Amino acid sequence: MLVWGGDAEGGAPFVEADPANPARVRGFDVEVAERIARGLGGGGTARFVQIQWSNIDQSVERGDFALGLSGVEDTPARRARHAVTIPYFEFREVLAVRPEDASRIHGLADLRGQRVATLGSTIAYDLLLAARDSTGIIPISYDDDVHPYADLVHSRMDAVLLDHIIAQRALRRRGGTGFIILPQPVAIGHYVGVLARADSALRDSVDAILREAMRDGTLEQIFRRWNVWDDTQGALFERVLRERAAKTAGAARSAPGLAYLPSLARAAAVTLLVSGLSMALAVIVGLALASGRLYGPVWLRLLTTVYIEVIRGTPLLLQLFVIYYGLVGVVRLPAFLAAVLALGLNYAAYEAEIYRGALEAVPRAQLEAGRTLGFSEMQILRLVRGPQALRYALAPMTNDFVALLKDSALVSVITVVELTKETAIYATNVGSWFVPGLLCAAVYLAMSLPLARLARRLERRWRVA
Amino acid sequence: MTGPALLAIDRLRVRYDSRDVLRALTLEVARGEIVALMGPSGVGKTTALRAVAALQPFDDGTIVVDGFALGPGPVPPEARLVPLRRRVGFVFQGHALFEHLTALDNVTLALRHVLGKTRAESDGIATTLLASLDVGARAGAKPSQLSGGEAQRVAIARALAPDPALLLMDEPTAALDPARRTALAATLRRLCDQGRSLLVATHDAEFASHADRVVTLRSS
Repeated sequence: MLVWGGDAEGGAPFVEADPANPARVRGFDVEVAERIARGLGGGGTARFVQIQWSNIDQSVERGDFALGLSGVEDTPARRARHAVTIPYFEFREVLAVRPEDASRIHGLADLRGQRVATLGSTIAYDLLLAARDSTGIIPISYDDDVHPYADLVHSRMDAVLLDHIIAQRALRRRGGTGFIILPQPVAIGHYVGVLARADSALRDSVDAILREAMRDGTLEQIFRRWNVWDDTQGALFERVLRERAAKTAGAARSAPGLAYLPSLARAAAVTLLVSGLSMALAVIVGLALASGRLYGPVWLRLLTTVYIEVIRGTPLLLQLFVIYYGLVGVVRLPAFLAAVLALGLNYAAYEAEIYRGALEAVPRAQLEAGRTLGFSEMQILRLVRGPQALRYALAPMTNDFVALLKDSALVSVITVVELTKETAIYATNVGSWFVPGLLCAAVYLAMSLPLARLARRLERRWRVA
Repeated sequence: MTGPALLAIDRLRVRYDSRDVLRALTLEVARGEIVALMGPSGVGKTTALRAVAALQPFDDGTIVVDGFALGPGPVPPEARLVPLRRRVGFVFQGHALFEHLTALDNVTLALRHVLGKTRAESDGIATTLLASLDVGARAGAKPSQLSGGEAQRVAIARALAPDPALLLMDEPTAALDPARRTALAATLRRLCDQGRSLLVATHDAEFASHADRVVTLRSS
């Protein structure tokens, strides 16, 4: 039995959950895997393992499955680190733009200073990174291939660069409107199967089966069934069968590891900026919520309580999606602003509870002493209660800020490339999480440790005082 | 009684959970008089002081402080209590000093932010007060660095700073050794000789003996 891995979230025509039986998967990659399994003998069955697309290489090397297939791209980096099959499908990297821009945009060179979306950790993303340096476009990385087109239609993006199959599928889903696909491809690439480096013998067997499937027409039948067959596939098959070993696509050269360091530094700055602004928002809104809960009339106390419970009771990820995508009909927030708002408003609920607890921890006798001295409630808050509550709140606030620094990694789902996302891209490129992971951890620690130290110093000073 | 009443409590009644904590307390304190309020725990001594300071609503009766009257019902909003706050100072059991401020700042806070005095004026008044209570050397210390007796005297200085006509004190000797109690009694007497009145809730019979008059509350 062949155990193979792919990402059903990628959807048809690659791999998708079968609508008739969601426990099963279907798609041309599923059928290619089944064809390979038949060729390998031993029962001829294929068992699917779900894996996030960007982790296929790591998982196949770990031995989670023998073969990764799911629109896996042929890149020099992948060939250098894993056993890679011959290419079995040729795709074109195509640009999609809004209809009104089609007359002025003909390629990446026409997109200087504009936002071009794609899927992270792909040839297309590497193409955009190269174009950023050469033509000054702004690459925006997504975790999925649906939202780039939605954001293009909503004018959040100026163009999308992705595989022609994905572009055509997105256009079909939109009923053929909203954007157009430019006919001239930006680059050509190929889909391959990926195996563990040590599995070169199995890879050779898979290559032989794929060649056989090209020769006997089964591969063509599969692609025709899924409406992805075109003349370029025939030409690819001829070329592959002619050459003993397929040449790599070379659509884009992957950047060497060191080249990612400036990007990591930029991403760390983004993490710090998003976290800093979000925390500032959380503190301001949190103070307002806590004050409303402690000093407000009944209706305000109820309202703030509902806000705090709803925010704390629902996932931050969901709140991010709602603010960025859910509100698009009402307000089209830029991704960075949406990230700061979602994180800030989420943490405000936690801050509010910290402040409420801290304010309530100031002994009642001190508040009464303030009253007997003639202070107004506002003066008591400002001069007596607030300053002492700040001391009680400092330690949990520091904890929250460190947690926020790490939670800011979630904002990558709405296209903000921060430290963790950039590290994932780096790791995919170098084929290992070891060095990128250590580097990333070091940067997070470098950001959070001084903060904890500062908080400890302040606490010590205030305690002595 | 040594003069006209500065404080007049007439048939004061306070109920908690449909139980009378105080019933028909009638009491007067003349100008310059020290009155000790005694009685067993739970008899309502602190409640009476809190009602006079408008920290506690009461159910029946009246309280008049130097012409300012409080009636039954909820405690009035602070804005309406300004005249009372000018007349009455309160020294809490356990001192209730502001923990984040020095002894000096505890005393100057109301002078600056309520009475609108300058920092220099306030510091001058506070320094004099602290020195008169024999804690001048501790002006820069925070409450956590003060002994119980020192904290108590700083709390007295804080309550006296706005120059109230009536000083309410709740168990002022609780944290003091016998020598300190005698010294405190002498200090309080000096304050009253300047025309100030004192109503002191205490368990301490020896301390109460320094008062002009002792009023003993009994369980209702």
